[in-house]
Amino acid sequence: MATTSEDMERLQRRPGRNRIWIVVAVIAVAVVLIAVAAFAGLFSPPAVEKIRILAAGATFPCPLITKWRGVYENTTGGRVSVNYNCVGSGAGISQITAKTVDFAGTDAPLKPTERAAAPGLLHIPETIGAVTAAYNVASLSTGLNLTGHVLGEIYLGKITTWNHANISALNPGLTLPASSITVVYRSDSSGTTFVWTSYLHSRNPGWGTSLVGKQINFPVGTGASGNFGVAGTIQSTPNSIGYVELSYTIQNNMKVGKIRNGDDSNWVLPSLVSTAAAAASFTNPPTPGGDWANVSILNAAGANSYPIASLTYLLVYKELNVIGSSMTKAKAQALVDFLWWAIHTGQDQSEALAYPKLPTSLVTLDEGAINSITFNGQTLHS
Amino acid sequence: MKFRFDRDTRRRWINLVMSIAALACVAIAILPLGSILFEATVRGSQAISWNFLTQPSGQGGIGNSIQGTLILISLTALIALPVGIITGIYLSEFGKNPIGGAVRFFVEVMTQIPSIVVGIFAYSLILELGVLGVVSNRLVFSTTTGVLALAPIMIPFVARTSEEALRLVPNSTREAALALGIPRYRTILRVVLPSCASALVTGGLLGIARVGGETAPLIMTAFLSPDWFGGLDQPIDALPLRIYRFAIGPSPTEHAAAWGASLILVLIMLGISIISRTVLRLRSVSR
Amino acid sequence: MPLERPMHPFRISWGRGRVQFASTSGDLVFQSFSTIVALSVIGLLVLIVAILFVAAEASIQTFGVGFLTGSVWNPTAGVFGAAPFVYGMLVTSAVALLLGVPISMGIAIFLSELAPPWLRIPLTYVVELLAAVPSVIYGLWGIFVLGPVMRAQVEPAIQSVLGFLPLFQGNAIGRDMFTAGVILAVMIIPTISAVSREALVAVPTSQREAALSIGATGWETTRLAVLRYARAGIFGAVILGLGRAVGETMAVTMTIGNRNAISGSLFGQGQTIASLIANSWLEAIAGSLELSALIELGLVLMLVSLLINTFARLMVGRVLRIGEGEE
Repeated sequence: MATTSEDMERLQRRPGRNRIWIVVAVIAVAVVLIAVAAFAGLFSPPAVEKIRILAAGATFPCPLITKWRGVYENTTGGRVSVNYNCVGSGAGISQITAKTVDFAGTDAPLKPTERAAAPGLLHIPETIGAVTAAYNVASLSTGLNLTGHVLGEIYLGKITTWNHANISALNPGLTLPASSITVVYRSDSSGTTFVWTSYLHSRNPGWGTSLVGKQINFPVGTGASGNFGVAGTIQSTPNSIGYVELSYTIQNNMKVGKIRNGDDSNWVLPSLVSTAAAAASFTNPPTPGGDWANVSILNAAGANSYPIASLTYLLVYKELNVIGSSMTKAKAQALVDFLWWAIHTGQDQSEALAYPKLPTSLVTLDEGAINSITFNGQTLHS
Repeated sequence: MKFRFDRDTRRRWINLVMSIAALACVAIAILPLGSILFEATVRGSQAISWNFLTQPSGQGGIGNSIQGTLILISLTALIALPVGIITGIYLSEFGKNPIGGAVRFFVEVMTQIPSIVVGIFAYSLILELGVLGVVSNRLVFSTTTGVLALAPIMIPFVARTSEEALRLVPNSTREAALALGIPRYRTILRVVLPSCASALVTGGLLGIARVGGETAPLIMTAFLSPDWFGGLDQPIDALPLRIYRFAIGPSPTEHAAAWGASLILVLIMLGISIISRTVLRLRSVSR
Repeated sequence: MPLERPMHPFRISWGRGRVQFASTSGDLVFQSFSTIVALSVIGLLVLIVAILFVAAEASIQTFGVGFLTGSVWNPTAGVFGAAPFVYGMLVTSAVALLLGVPISMGIAIFLSELAPPWLRIPLTYVVELLAAVPSVIYGLWGIFVLGPVMRAQVEPAIQSVLGFLPLFQGNAIGRDMFTAGVILAVMIIPTISAVSREALVAVPTSQREAALSIGATGWETTRLAVLRYARAGIFGAVILGLGRAVGETMAVTMTIGNRNAISGSLFGQGQTIASLIANSWLEAIAGSLELSALIELGLVLMLVSLLINTFARLMVGRVLRIGEGEE
């Protein structure tokens, strides 16, 4: 029970010391806020208005597009910033359909239902990549021979140990450990999954059409988000195997399998050269505004063609004003300029990251696509 | 005296064993905390450098993540602190009736909404407004939506801590002021609030610390950005989100960066926690 | 001063307890203003629930109650069943409680009964610091510190002793429901121990003295007099911890293995409601059935969390009120 003298004391007490601490805290917070605002340039507006292009999509070309972002920002003197968020092909398609981003990236071409939901999208292949079978087995080095059939068996859960007869039959002379295989797959909606499952379907009759697509309930294994997530899980889980785009495996010194090629004549290691060989045989592309759902460079002909290669596409609306109020003439122009730069000058960056340069035929196709992009009916590039 | 392991000795042994077990429980609980701080310091310090702290993520640093987190929590605090404190004032001064009881109950309910559900709400609201044409649907990935996702987490938290702080002030103080003829609102503003100011500040700081570490609501609203803060309608980077992105990849450099960013985040959170407790203890010490 | 124009005193609030009078117009303004602010906070809650219900409408109509029992989540085929995620949530929470409750009780007992006064405050402080660590950092620690330890030491050890049980079979990779449960246990320890400690402290000294006076040892006093008396509050604390566990997102997403299926083994991968929403959100097209289903999951999570926490508050409130009455 409080006594009157305590209350009187409380009313009279000037809490000098406490007040100082409160003042200190408020001043500290204010200082931090001012510093943050200064960093943000709120006090000195930038000389030139920065154009920010927003994009989302596949992790398959993420290393390359991230590289492009930095180089292009320098090229334009800091004027144009392309924020491409690597969240997976499925998310890219969803966001461009909802028009919450300016363009999207996907390795899986649009299905007819997806095209109907987002009419007016152009497919613009910006690069080519390879899906590797990456594994983390201490006693094996890179280059384990694997076929699509065996990979299908592994992913179906029918082959559960590394020293299974089917694997050792492909690798005479290698001693395989008896440990269990941990399968890793993409938990998010992924174009890389689409490419991988399409390949398994083409090589293993047990891998039915219901198991082909961007988002699959795999029979066995553990899931991770993004190509980098699968790579990270493989690296931290001994005796695991998963499908990872080539660039990530090179950057992180991961072991990858040699896959039996389409002609059944050779074991091909995924590399810049073998991916380029796979793409070289691609002919008769559809028109950019057409249906790309049947486009595939899997099992490409040629002794040195890597069988699990894929184009990857940027999805852009032909008429950019459908995006809404956030798209301005300046931003549309900047987007088109960036795309043009990406398929020409940007290609100089790709080989260092193990993405082959676009063949001339595709560059020409893309040029046609970019020239057809309009804003309020007016073309932006010619 | 002969030593016999009789019932009494056994009871004493059990008592000793259980006491040690209880102490062991404390040690087991502190172990993860120690491990986290240790790992963050050891692994994170490899990554920390001046460049790391001042470059934006487009150039390999976390400068814009730190800026993003600070902007998000200060904008959220700008909205949530006044609303929360005034709600706390309502609950403690005017809330001793059925309406106040209902408000109190619903504020409690709000504190328990999982943060990812609040993120869903913010995204859905902005999407709806976009469909209705009120805002651009591009706004779903922006600072504004991020703040909209964090505010409903901070408001009820601050309301509850403010009410508790105001309850600490004895009624005799209020009555004495009223007896002197001071109007009620001045009593609250000039007498009651200042006397629990340190507890209010503590509650506010803890609320800020709470939302600073939130990741889930930002996954669907903030979107990450390689640049410095670009405007309320642009995507924004944030430390917890950046840590998540670095953590799940394969690159050891990124892992070290994740630990480095965690170290910074933990220092900010612990710093706020420590300051708020010091402020609170100073008050009780000087009583 | 205009705000202090005296008015004839009139009642501006009613009900039990004190009757409040406004004696100046300033009072009226202030009280109305604060009432409006408080009511708008409630309005915000109503808005949250309304938006969620409206957005989840399509999914609720399509799947009905079968949503919770359907075991297939296939966005491509348009089939959405929540059973694997409810299962994951239950399993990880169960592991978290099984591990976290005994440790929290040990901490609560130590801090309220055994610790010397000089140790009490610093230790309480340190345990509360566990709650200040953000979830994503627990996830980071789970991937790089706890995960390897689980995979290399703990899980094989468990399997060598209990491996005959289906609960512990399977390939243990350290990224599974068990690891996620362990991290959740660490995260809920501060909650359970803090509230349990309050319940223990609320036990009247007379109870302890009675036990001691008949010759009970410290532990026996705690067991017979204190714990029994405070059991409602402790139960409430446990339920509060459960409420916290079901809502955790990041630490779980990073350690649970992200598998949308029900696994019979604790060392199998899984998915909780919160971790699924975090993983799948950006992929769901706005206005689609998938987004609607995800939002319905969010509603389910919110309802579960609210039920748990309301039940807990009732238990804790009852015990604390009884404690007050006895003094």
